[in-house]
Amino acid sequence: MSAIENVSRRRFLAGGAIATGALVLGVHYYPKLSGGDKLRHGSNADRAILHPSVYLGINPDGTVWIVASRSEMGTTSRTTLPLVVADELDADWKRVKIEQAIGDQRYGDQNTDGSHSIRSYYEVMREAGATARFMLIQAAAQEWGVPAADCQTDLHAVVHRSTNRRAGYGELARAAAKLPVPKKEDLQLKAKSAWRYIGKGDVSYDLEALVTGKAIYGMDARADGMVYASVERPPVLGGKVKSYDDKEALKVAGVRQIVPIDPFQAAPAFQPLGGIAVVADNTWAAFQGRKKLNISWDNGANETYNSDQYKNQLRATSHSPCKVVRNVGDADAVFAKGGAKVHQADYYVPLLAHAAMEPLVALAEFKDGKAMLWAPTQNPQAAQDIVSKELGIAKEDVICNVTLLGGGFGRKSKPDYVAEAAVLSKKTGRPVKVVWTREDDIKFDYYNAVAAMYMKASVGAHGKPTAWLQRSVFPPIPSIFDVNAVYGDPGHLQQGWTDIPYDLPNLRVENGPAKAHVRIGWLRSVANIYHAFAIQCFTDELAHAAGRDPLDYLLDLIGNPRTIDFKGVEYPNYGASMEAYPWETGRLRRVTEMVAEKSGWGKRKHGKGTGVGIAAHRSFLTYVATVVEVEVNDQGEVRIPRVDMALDAGLVVNPEATRAQFEGAAVFGASVVRSGEITASNGAINQSNFQDYPVARINEAPYQTNVYIVENDAPPAGVGEPGVPPFVAALCNAIFAATGKRVRDLPIAKLGLS
Amino acid sequence: MIQLKVNEADQSFNGDPEMPLLWYLRDVLGLTASKFGCGVGLCGACTVHVNGKATRSCVTAMRDTAGKEVTTIEGLEKDGLHPVQKAWMQINVPQCGYCQVGQIMQASAFLASKKKPTDHEIDDAMSGNICRCGTYQRIRAAIKAAAEEMA
Repeated sequence: MSAIENVSRRRFLAGGAIATGALVLGVHYYPKLSGGDKLRHGSNADRAILHPSVYLGINPDGTVWIVASRSEMGTTSRTTLPLVVADELDADWKRVKIEQAIGDQRYGDQNTDGSHSIRSYYEVMREAGATARFMLIQAAAQEWGVPAADCQTDLHAVVHRSTNRRAGYGELARAAAKLPVPKKEDLQLKAKSAWRYIGKGDVSYDLEALVTGKAIYGMDARADGMVYASVERPPVLGGKVKSYDDKEALKVAGVRQIVPIDPFQAAPAFQPLGGIAVVADNTWAAFQGRKKLNISWDNGANETYNSDQYKNQLRATSHSPCKVVRNVGDADAVFAKGGAKVHQADYYVPLLAHAAMEPLVALAEFKDGKAMLWAPTQNPQAAQDIVSKELGIAKEDVICNVTLLGGGFGRKSKPDYVAEAAVLSKKTGRPVKVVWTREDDIKFDYYNAVAAMYMKASVGAHGKPTAWLQRSVFPPIPSIFDVNAVYGDPGHLQQGWTDIPYDLPNLRVENGPAKAHVRIGWLRSVANIYHAFAIQCFTDELAHAAGRDPLDYLLDLIGNPRTIDFKGVEYPNYGASMEAYPWETGRLRRVTEMVAEKSGWGKRKHGKGTGVGIAAHRSFLTYVATVVEVEVNDQGEVRIPRVDMALDAGLVVNPEATRAQFEGAAVFGASVVRSGEITASNGAINQSNFQDYPVARINEAPYQTNVYIVENDAPPAGVGEPGVPPFVAALCNAIFAATGKRVRDLPIAKLGLS
Repeated sequence: MIQLKVNEADQSFNGDPEMPLLWYLRDVLGLTASKFGCGVGLCGACTVHVNGKATRSCVTAMRDTAGKEVTTIEGLEKDGLHPVQKAWMQINVPQCGYCQVGQIMQASAFLASKKKPTDHEIDDAMSGNICRCGTYQRIRAAIKAAAEEMA
């Protein structure tokens, strides 16, 4: 942990990683650099007079500094978490200034992924605000010689109830800073009825900067003496440079230097991929120089990888018994007995690329044994880690400034691109900005896994399954850390697979092995995409086979409200406790019934090119049900006139931001279904830019997405990702309703719906 | 030597005439609001106005800007906010925001010539601008709001 000077008291939250109670008297709170003699740059919150938490500081002029320790990539968490602090503090939002944290473990985990910023930091933020409010009340009471119990806060001020005396937070800050930091048990959190911002939400703190172009993304970071670099990387994962000729590249005006980057040592993790970097005076010159490089590659073992053959391999694996990851009853015995109707189906989802609008980019300056980074990263502490390893310096000597992110979707949790900039700065002795082209961004991604799912059900009365078998096979994310990892890990099997929510007497859930030949990574909702696609579309198939309404059938399978028992199943529950976040099928029912009602299910027209589809899914602890309407014309063109989504994410701090996330999830899902596909030939990725990896445009996106939020005081759950999986399945079910064509392989661009 | 105007200021450039306007704006002038998204005119993040017309600066060579007037979002409105920017705030369009400068430049050029656009006309005008966060329905609503404001 970091060294602290003159700290009167500090304490840790349960779990130990997050320090929230360091009150600093006159001297500021800084972690010490490894050299021991120089202070690292602290935050404005650190430098404020009243500073009872690493997340918060109050100045005598009444300015409240709130630290945003999570990265902002469009989910508004940079605004929403500070709103929680401000609410408990009773602060005037107009007098709040938000500052972005550097990577620093005193803030706890900063990896902004897994839709858990609010879930994991809601209580922490409330405590930070409540701590300062407690101290301000104490300070006012002492000053006035009255009991603290007779005082309360109003907007940005403490008030003595009987006399109406009043003092602003700014004038109390100095006195409050002399008081001890209260214990957590002594804090009184505000009653829900007194909330100012929680549950009401707000637009982004950065909104005006975003519409004026003043917002600074990683692409916009600058440093004095900065040069630009573009890197030609091995086209096949694990490939190496055999030889290269840089004569022509060096002739390009503006090109300064050609710098090789070492290949990674397996497994790749977050190391640079290696290759040849062109360093130049501007981005364009670096791009031009790169085109003139003549490189001979040793492609290595992954050269044999072809995605078409690989698809067949996955499918073959899924047709034989695999590792059982959840079992109820004896599905095999029912299948063996025979006599009943049996349905089988194969589902397939290809590799998917993130394609955030801001291609990967990072700026690094290595100087005097220390590295300063500016990066659009979801994970600044991981950036510190990999840069310290690559440069052979202490993690404390790596400062990672976090810019705004032009989208992330999981790709920017993996800081290989930041490490490239740091390595190049060390080699050139200058600040270097590495700019990835769109082609680089698509060809050198950590892709969402390609997956094959085999589904089998034996059905009885009313088409209800008497036995259910499902197998998924996909190269797992742990393969980027361990080349021998071939099975799905519990953290990704939980994503809509081991937690199939149906009330089934006989259920077997399996997972098969698959070796990765590209880097596999997290992409918005991750394994939930292919798992929910298979389960929710197969459910729709069974409903139609039984001649039943898909909604009634879905509700029938979800069954009566109950808490799913995961005995014998390794089920991490997204890192949350089963007590605080049980898997409640009643909540899934409720959103399903809600979306059915809101969408007018049953009254909407079907057939002749028009159809509606439904799907329900829980991911990141949030329950979502979605109804999608499609029109498919004679040319097979798909239009999505309307989407309805109902969600139960427990307490929703920022409804406006939540609606936006679900609207966006529908568009993201539309891209997956329409055209999302990465393929490889001889180990190299075939796609390169938006012409061959298209994403939904305004005329291809859902025309209108309506979002309905269940009012619920349950603990807050995720909102960034959970909208995607049920949308994908509901859209495919709608296409079946409109055309009679079943979508089992994504994307539909290859299907031919005309 | 290429002479042009950027946000009403005279500029001259004697570098590689093939350099796209985008990199001149960003790396040479330091006007970083216009964004790099694809480099081949497929996403619209780099959209600026050249003589008032929405133009993809990433595929516009500097040689083709000689004698032209370039407007970036930094110069879109002299005082305060353009009605399109106001509508973008009112409808709360942006998520990550990276594409929104290009969207706003595209929409403002479009609305300069189209007073009351239909949904179809909006989709036509805006289909060259990708938003990966998926803010399209708000973009459409904001364009309608701005059109009313400008009417």
